[in-house]
Amino acid sequence: MGAEALAMVRERLASAATDIGLDHGMLVVSLPREALLPAVTMLKDELAFDLFLDVTAVDWPERDYRFEVVYHFYSTRHFVRVRVKTHVLEQDASVDSLVGLYGAAGYMERECHEMYGIDFRGNPDLRHILLYEGFVGHPLRKDYDKEHEQPLVPYRQ
Amino acid sequence: MTSKIIPIRADGTAAHQKTAEFEYITTRKDALVGWARKFSIFPYPFVTACCGMEFMSVSSTIYDTDRFGAALPRFSPRQADLMMVVGTISHKQAPVLLRVWEQMCEPKWVMAFGVCATSGGFYNNYAVLQGIDKILPVDIYIPGCPPRPETVIDGIMQLQDKIARSRHPIVNEVY
Amino acid sequence: MTLPAGYQIPNPIRPAFDETANPDALVVSIGPSHPATHGTAQVIAMLEAEKVVRADVHCGYLHRGFEKECEAHTWHNLIPYVDRLNYCSAMINDFAYCAAVEELLGIEITPRTKYLRTLLSEYSRVADHITCIAAALMELGAMTAFLYMMTLRDYIYEHMADLTGARVTHSYGRIGGLAHDLPDGWLERLDEIFKEYDEFMGRIHGLMDRNRIFIERMRDVGTISTADAINCGYTGPILRSTGAPRDLRKDTPYLAYAELDFEVPVGIKGDNYDRYYVRMREMDESMHMIRQLMKMLPDGPINVDDRRCTFPDKKLVYGEIESLINHFKLVMEGPHVPPGEVYLAHEGANGELGFYIVSNGDGRPYKVHVRAPSFIHVGGVHKMLEGYQLADVVPTFGSVNMIGGECDR
Repeated sequence: MGAEALAMVRERLASAATDIGLDHGMLVVSLPREALLPAVTMLKDELAFDLFLDVTAVDWPERDYRFEVVYHFYSTRHFVRVRVKTHVLEQDASVDSLVGLYGAAGYMERECHEMYGIDFRGNPDLRHILLYEGFVGHPLRKDYDKEHEQPLVPYRQ
Repeated sequence: MTSKIIPIRADGTAAHQKTAEFEYITTRKDALVGWARKFSIFPYPFVTACCGMEFMSVSSTIYDTDRFGAALPRFSPRQADLMMVVGTISHKQAPVLLRVWEQMCEPKWVMAFGVCATSGGFYNNYAVLQGIDKILPVDIYIPGCPPRPETVIDGIMQLQDKIARSRHPIVNEVY
Repeated sequence: MTLPAGYQIPNPIRPAFDETANPDALVVSIGPSHPATHGTAQVIAMLEAEKVVRADVHCGYLHRGFEKECEAHTWHNLIPYVDRLNYCSAMINDFAYCAAVEELLGIEITPRTKYLRTLLSEYSRVADHITCIAAALMELGAMTAFLYMMTLRDYIYEHMADLTGARVTHSYGRIGGLAHDLPDGWLERLDEIFKEYDEFMGRIHGLMDRNRIFIERMRDVGTISTADAINCGYTGPILRSTGAPRDLRKDTPYLAYAELDFEVPVGIKGDNYDRYYVRMREMDESMHMIRQLMKMLPDGPINVDDRRCTFPDKKLVYGEIESLINHFKLVMEGPHVPPGEVYLAHEGANGELGFYIVSNGDGRPYKVHVRAPSFIHVGGVHKMLEGYQLADVVPTFGSVNMIGGECDR
């Protein structure tokens, strides 16, 4: 049952994807970012990938496309997962938001935005979620020093 | 604004000029007040993280803080006198912690429960306050990640000793 | 200690709305230091009389920089950090992380470890559900039920401390196996704990299940439909309480779950009472699974014999130079995990706990990302709060079981 769903995903996304393959048992689809929203809409509406698991980013400073935005989806009908990846440049780090499709995207995109600085076009609410107002920078980028604290309250002398 | 209460003796001299009899009475008064305060601690459990599990355990039947009079949590800072900072304090939480501490009335004590409250624990990064003593004065530190309930009880008893032997200037001095 | 004169304590958040949005309404902030928000979450609620019209939930007060911290430690050294994610059921986090790294390394754990990990995952799940229900009941005023469950949980914690050395955050899983084998007498004590469990849970059922006040406070409060739940990313007991029997242990079995006989309890309406009852039934199912696993436990080694991640025997470390160098490299540099990425999910106590791990061949991870069920649940909890009373915020939030460590990472 799961294998058929994955075969259909391969078939439907073969034209849009730059790379489709199995990686440690999971189907991984690499797309250019313009193809992301139509592909995800197709996954949700036609292939029953109704549970949006996760969106995160990986920072590869030495590559041309610095950020790799990674999505995971799960189908509660076929019991399989699929990983969808896209990559963006540092100067133009923005992708389309999935809040129109999945309510779960709201918080997850907020976190990815504040940690990596990736802009999710269409998400109305990109406030800080895990960090606080006044925090400058994007901590999970490789050039942010781990121990660089930005205290809100003055320390005692 | 603090109000000065300076008792005056019958001959017109101010009572805080030290005499042996007066000091004897005030030290006995301090011992009595210290005894009363140490056995009627009203904690404000500022619980954030994993140490909260051990806090729940130490307040429960097997290891009981009610034996020390310290069981009833008062969730309003106006009514509490011991703030137990249980768990990691992040920089986002620090203003909240400071605001709650400021709202407590004297006499107040602060207990740093667990290593994250003591020194930031093993989280040495951008998000964690490296010890609450950077922003508040702390009276007792309880190490452990999380500390066993026996360690917490040891800490409470040491705090009780500290309260018992400290001065409680409620009558005889500027407070 | 004095602060500078005129110092205003800053507000760390920006709420989505304030009083100007609706002049007739009152905007209150419930939290972030609140007895009933299970640690640190803040609900900015817009109230009209007693009804919550809008709710804006803020988490992040326990953000401890888990991902950044993990990039600075070796694959083994970050197991204590992983523990402290969902600290109520620490071993499930350990085993999910170790399974993800083992997938990248391409090693398969020994049979004894497989069954032991399953047993301990279920045991941790019981401890987590006890904590959730006990805290929820205490906030409703049922102090006796809280104390009964805390006593039972203390027995479980002491039992785990016999095995792992720590009561709460165990750090017991290792890449390739477990830290050490079961001590003598551990399984006999587990038999005794079954009896304690039956007794205490019987009391809780008697006190709560048909309690008129409890039902009035929990039935039809905080309801969510299955479609809304899946759209908002809910998994775990909350999704099951809406009626959808989705459980990773049944749908995509891992570890030893395929060989066990258990049911997946589902609720009817998706309200607070259903979440309470689904968790109570799940605890019964977990104890049933533990009984089966105790009989199925095979003998054998705990750690897989793969020198890339398992420490060599101490006699060999002191005896031969290859083992000494192996041990040294494993400690100082960490196990060299082949480059690649993997996403692996286990059924945590709150739902699908997933680890997305990226390696570039080093002894330290390039990225460790946790798909934290509590974080995603908090994203959707406003649907359960809006339209209900202010006093319903407490049991609803309690039944969602937001664990701060997992939510904020």
